[in-house]
Amino acid sequence: MTAIVADARVAGRRVSVARGYRFELVKLVSQWRIRLLVLACWIAPALFVAAVSQQSSLPVDTLFGRWMHATGWAGSLVTLGFAGTWALPLVTSVVAGDVFASEDRLGTWRHLLVAIRSPRRIFAAKALSSLTVILLLVAGLACSSAVGGVVAVGNQPLVGIDGHLLTPGDAAGKILLAWVCVLAPTLALAAIGLLGSVALGRSPMGLLLPALVALAMQLAQMLPLPVAVRLALPGYAFIAWNGLFTSPAQIGPLLIGIVVSLLWAVTATALAYLLFIRRDFTNPTDEGSGRRAVTVGALPLAGLLAVTVGVVAAATPATGSGIAQEKVERSVATAFAHLYRLQTEQLNRPDVTEAQLKATASCNKGGGKLAAEGPGNDWRCVVSWHLPDVEAAGTAIYQLDVTPDGRFVADGDGPKEVNGYFLVRTPIGDAPNPLWQFDGNVELLHTTKG
Amino acid sequence: MDGLLGIRARGITKCFGDVVALDGIDLDVAQGQIHGLVGRNGAGKTTLLGLLLGLAVADGGHLEILGTPVGRALAAPEGVAGFVDGPGLYPSLTARQNLAALAALRSNSVRAAGIDDLLDQVGLTDVADDRTRGFSLGMRQRLGLAAALLTKPRLLVLDEPANGLDPAGKRHVHGVLGRLAAQGTSVVLSSHRMDDLEALCSEVTILATGRVVFSGPLSKLAAENRELDYWLLTSDPQAARRLAVDTAGIRVVDGAGARPDAEVLVVQALVPALDDLVVRLVHAGIGVRELAPVVSPLEAAFLTLTDEQEVSR
Repeated sequence: MTAIVADARVAGRRVSVARGYRFELVKLVSQWRIRLLVLACWIAPALFVAAVSQQSSLPVDTLFGRWMHATGWAGSLVTLGFAGTWALPLVTSVVAGDVFASEDRLGTWRHLLVAIRSPRRIFAAKALSSLTVILLLVAGLACSSAVGGVVAVGNQPLVGIDGHLLTPGDAAGKILLAWVCVLAPTLALAAIGLLGSVALGRSPMGLLLPALVALAMQLAQMLPLPVAVRLALPGYAFIAWNGLFTSPAQIGPLLIGIVVSLLWAVTATALAYLLFIRRDFTNPTDEGSGRRAVTVGALPLAGLLAVTVGVVAAATPATGSGIAQEKVERSVATAFAHLYRLQTEQLNRPDVTEAQLKATASCNKGGGKLAAEGPGNDWRCVVSWHLPDVEAAGTAIYQLDVTPDGRFVADGDGPKEVNGYFLVRTPIGDAPNPLWQFDGNVELLHTTKG
Repeated sequence: MDGLLGIRARGITKCFGDVVALDGIDLDVAQGQIHGLVGRNGAGKTTLLGLLLGLAVADGGHLEILGTPVGRALAAPEGVAGFVDGPGLYPSLTARQNLAALAALRSNSVRAAGIDDLLDQVGLTDVADDRTRGFSLGMRQRLGLAAALLTKPRLLVLDEPANGLDPAGKRHVHGVLGRLAAQGTSVVLSSHRMDDLEALCSEVTILATGRVVFSGPLSKLAAENRELDYWLLTSDPQAARRLAVDTAGIRVVDGAGARPDAEVLVVQALVPALDDLVVRLVHAGIGVRELAPVVSPLEAAFLTLTDEQEVSR
């Protein structure tokens, strides 16, 4: 048998990645569903935020939803929360989950290979073009929601998760940073989309994969998982941006979430690349198979998850759920103190600082019959504070619903003069007493001091 | 001599698992030649065309394209264009946009005028700004041909380019291929349309179960072949029948290959005997209005050779 001659000259003049990238962009942008998605991402958030901000009933179950009357910046964060749950998985599914599969569906692989002459460059062009479109869509969500909110409500200070006030400038900067941070888990989903698109060919499962993975991650975040597992999931950064809106910012969990997401993005992209360049384009039956998707796709990612769980567990001090009595008490007291100042200002009372208030909280779970740790809606906190020149300490009671990801809603349970429902006059109109109900979060990793 | 070859293949093999798709293929295609590739479904035509286009790498053998040895990389040399399994078009783009996007891949030098010219060559000027989603198979084939011509190829590889073409489309495609060959471009095309191959190709290669069973000029194929059936339409059918019966090497076939017009005679003969019959008809004052093979020589050879190969395996 004669050996096939290896000769680099045969490769001819290949198409550059830049030209391939432009070609892929033209194809993507010519699709109606992509055009509609771009329009939706650049217009719908503004309309949504503007419309919701005008309603008497606000989406208080969504973080920052209760502040949508108070500042236009809250709308962008409500959109960010919604995007992490629904919009971004959908966007990555439609764009990255279909970018390879569409060539299978149209039967254009051979045509593309003849035109570009390099599977590596085709992969790079497709990955970069889908990344570009995804970035365009995320930018649309961010800009549109922010503009819609500021135009509809105004450029007022934003109340952070721990109740402290952010100036409009700070709020804008942190909102931009939060959107940038969620790019990491979005990239992880996009890479999973690329992998599904390559491995599963024209099967609809390839298109659905990012959405299914995102759904599975959300379900996992609702379970009482150990902190190390929670932080090692690639979708944790969709939640961890909340930490930017505390003072000081809870950077540790956010950085871990971002690093884990980027690891998933790199690994899934590399797996997709390996699968793609090994594909035999002359064999019509070679368009992805379930078995190969499991062996080359799912197993390495499962291994990555195991490794990251191990590394996070070894490198971080938190154990168990990460929700402990002392952390809950500190979070509630901090938020109460900040919001007390806000209430004082809204009621035109003499200003008082957090240091003067010396707010503390004493919390138990299940009426003191259960260990004071972990998520649940049976937390009860008694907050105490001091006013200057007043001998006696004030006290107020809150019922807390703490979710496994550390978020909580505190519901005032008296006295009603402090944390009952009543309207206060603000420069932009009447608003509910800020101490009546408020959101907060328990830092699962103890990385900040405050 | 090799310097004039668009393709030189020796002992090419290609397997997909246990299936031997190509089994020691030899192929020579000269520059400026239109070469037909014929074979039953699964004979290995598309696999061979895929190798020529750089879509796959042969498992063994030696392949030179346009004088350049083909290595193990998945890429054909510069100067090769074409399509297998139908042209690849993007339905969300118009015909013009499809070509413009492809042109932009290679260079910025292909201007709108060049694309318009290509669309004109393949007869698609009227639908240049229509999305290809609604294109018929024939229109897609013609646009695929135009796309292949964008790079001014020196070797054009086409898989079933005649599929779905109406007579006007066929004329456009034949015209384009003829002009290309005249300019020195080698063309390799596969087809199940024997009339197309006979009209276009100077040489053909017949594949059967991954092997070459014939390769060479069409004239050689006809000479090597057995007797063929011919339709014979004359001014005096009765007299022509008597003459045919009396001519050595001619057998009148009744009932075979019948046509609705009963005056048409079917005779079976080799080419020399047929020539003799025509001379005798003319000497007898009988006008010959039509003389054509019932089955084309290429088709007859194809059926015979591929049947023999099937039996031998």
